[in-house]
Amino acid sequence: MAQFTTLSARQVALPINDIDTDQIIPAQFLKVTDKNGLGQVVFHSWRFLEDGSPNPDFVLNQPVAQGAQILLAGDNFGCGSSREHAPWALTGFGFRAVISTSFADIFRNNALKNGLLPVVVDAPTHQMLFDLAEEAPQATLNIDLPSQTLTLPGGETVSFPIDGFNKACLLNGTDEIGYVLGFEAQIKAFEARNF
Amino acid sequence: MSRTLFEKIWDAHVVTQEPDSPAVLYIDLHLVHEVTSPQAFTGLRSRGLKVRRPERTVATMDHGIPTTPLDVPIADQLAAHQIKTLETNTSEFGVRLYGMHSEHRGIVHVIGPELGFTQPGMTIVCGDSHTSTHGAFGALAFGIGTSEVEMVLATQCLLQRKPKTCEVRVDGQLAAGVSSKDIILALIAKIGVGGGTGYVFEYTGSAIRGLTMEQRMTICNMSIEGGARAGMIAPDDATIEYVAGREFAPKGAAWDAAIARWRGLPSDDGATYDSSIVLDAAALEPMITYGTNPGMGMRITERVPDPANLGDANQKLALEKALNYMDLRPGQPLLGKKVDVVFIGSCTNSRISDLRLAAGLLKGRKVADGLRVMVVPGSQDVKKQAEQEGLDTVFKEAGAEWREAGCSMCIAMNGDQLQPGQYAVSTSNRNFEGRQGKGGRTFLASPLTAAATALTGTITDVRTLI
Repeated sequence: MAQFTTLSARQVALPINDIDTDQIIPAQFLKVTDKNGLGQVVFHSWRFLEDGSPNPDFVLNQPVAQGAQILLAGDNFGCGSSREHAPWALTGFGFRAVISTSFADIFRNNALKNGLLPVVVDAPTHQMLFDLAEEAPQATLNIDLPSQTLTLPGGETVSFPIDGFNKACLLNGTDEIGYVLGFEAQIKAFEARNF
Repeated sequence: MSRTLFEKIWDAHVVTQEPDSPAVLYIDLHLVHEVTSPQAFTGLRSRGLKVRRPERTVATMDHGIPTTPLDVPIADQLAAHQIKTLETNTSEFGVRLYGMHSEHRGIVHVIGPELGFTQPGMTIVCGDSHTSTHGAFGALAFGIGTSEVEMVLATQCLLQRKPKTCEVRVDGQLAAGVSSKDIILALIAKIGVGGGTGYVFEYTGSAIRGLTMEQRMTICNMSIEGGARAGMIAPDDATIEYVAGREFAPKGAAWDAAIARWRGLPSDDGATYDSSIVLDAAALEPMITYGTNPGMGMRITERVPDPANLGDANQKLALEKALNYMDLRPGQPLLGKKVDVVFIGSCTNSRISDLRLAAGLLKGRKVADGLRVMVVPGSQDVKKQAEQEGLDTVFKEAGAEWREAGCSMCIAMNGDQLQPGQYAVSTSNRNFEGRQGKGGRTFLASPLTAAATALTGTITDVRTLI
């Protein structure tokens, strides 16, 4: 599994609430049998015009997005379908963390399994980050998973919550399937008890 | 100690749990489809693992499959390859597949219950968010991602933190023309698309008890649109009657034992929930969405809300963006709004009772000139049943398209899609931007509202026609 410890990167802001997985990766791109290449079509409907050319008004097509590894999004990011293609597309573009006030449950799980860190912040911090994106688009944010902190360029530090097990998995690159396979005896016993 | 339906199922499925770690939860039934499984099978192969419990794994193809007759090769090469990949994977790993030419093929959330795989008390997962549908049987059922699909294939277990519970109590009698789809659309309009995040809903109350199993499935299906991964309804006589005699339902002594178990599942008196929501069924009216997520819904007689009336700046922006996409004005009524397409189908509303309701209105009438009306049964079994009842003739004589089973225009992966700018009234579950085709605009509503709209070509309150 992909690891995550620290990240020092620029952010790109999408100040839209309830961004659903159909926007992150439209269904037409789900006909794949591998995980590759989806970064090129992330946010496809917003990112490209009818004729297929990049929409210059969309932030991912602007210079600020080049090399940005943190996506700052509105409330309730990732609602909708269970498609893991959403984090595959986001990481394919180069994102390693998404900051929002909340995440949809299935998206959060899928993101964690792909080394894409969902960072939950409170509303004032959220607003401060959007302001920062406007005023200093080149500013670098620092995310430190061991201490669960997000540090702004001015030195302000906020902490963010994360499930302890998920944190350990990200820090160690734990293979979760391997972890569950380790309980073979218990699974066998469960089956013997119940079936 | 009193326990809820959810807690009973949860407790019965915890294999083990290490301190400070999520539970290892046993999965009774794993449903698989072509879109979210290929990478999971690839992972399994690269680890040299087998499917641990092929007999608890059921596959079908529904998302990418054409709804035109399948006697010709699938034109879309990517879809064809993905479907072929599912055939190869299920064959190699010994998983039961309801394939292209199976008479039982259909939308995974329609065929699971129909064939009797879905049973009370089970844990059920699928790489599909509408797995919540199966909660209608008093099962704990939720959508998972592809990494989790791989984990369940390999271990028959999932790592899960225990979610919180929320009782959604709906008492009272629904008025004529108001259906279970309107209950769930009203709930989501009330709580928003993130309102249920972190929770499992249990729907209770006299209005829920009065629903048929198919109506209950419609409600549980859209739990995820309110953010709740799972929605459940305690099993009762209606549940047992529905399951009885189905192909994969328990038989003989096993059936009697199953009923005894299922009777013990409903939440105990005095069981408590982390949260609660109350709806008055009698006060509900037919619902319709006006925006670009299922939470942007209103009574069909209302007018499109005005962003200027919203205090929260982000909500204001979201509504402005949605109305811009939908090309609607604040204060505009939706009744009388002309539409281009009516879609009756999807895992939300494509079962025989949905088709009967729609056919009841269309019988002996014609759909409006210039309107495209698509009727897509949820499974080939639903299709067959409808044809035995002559519903196909009703639809065709009315001028509607009668198609083969599949997800079709709900997700628009198979070529069934809106053209840019078109409006549709759809019985499906998502009105996200581009969901039914790039640039397409969706109004979510009940099968009755969809059928009423099919007759007039404009958004119509079914109560004016019955």
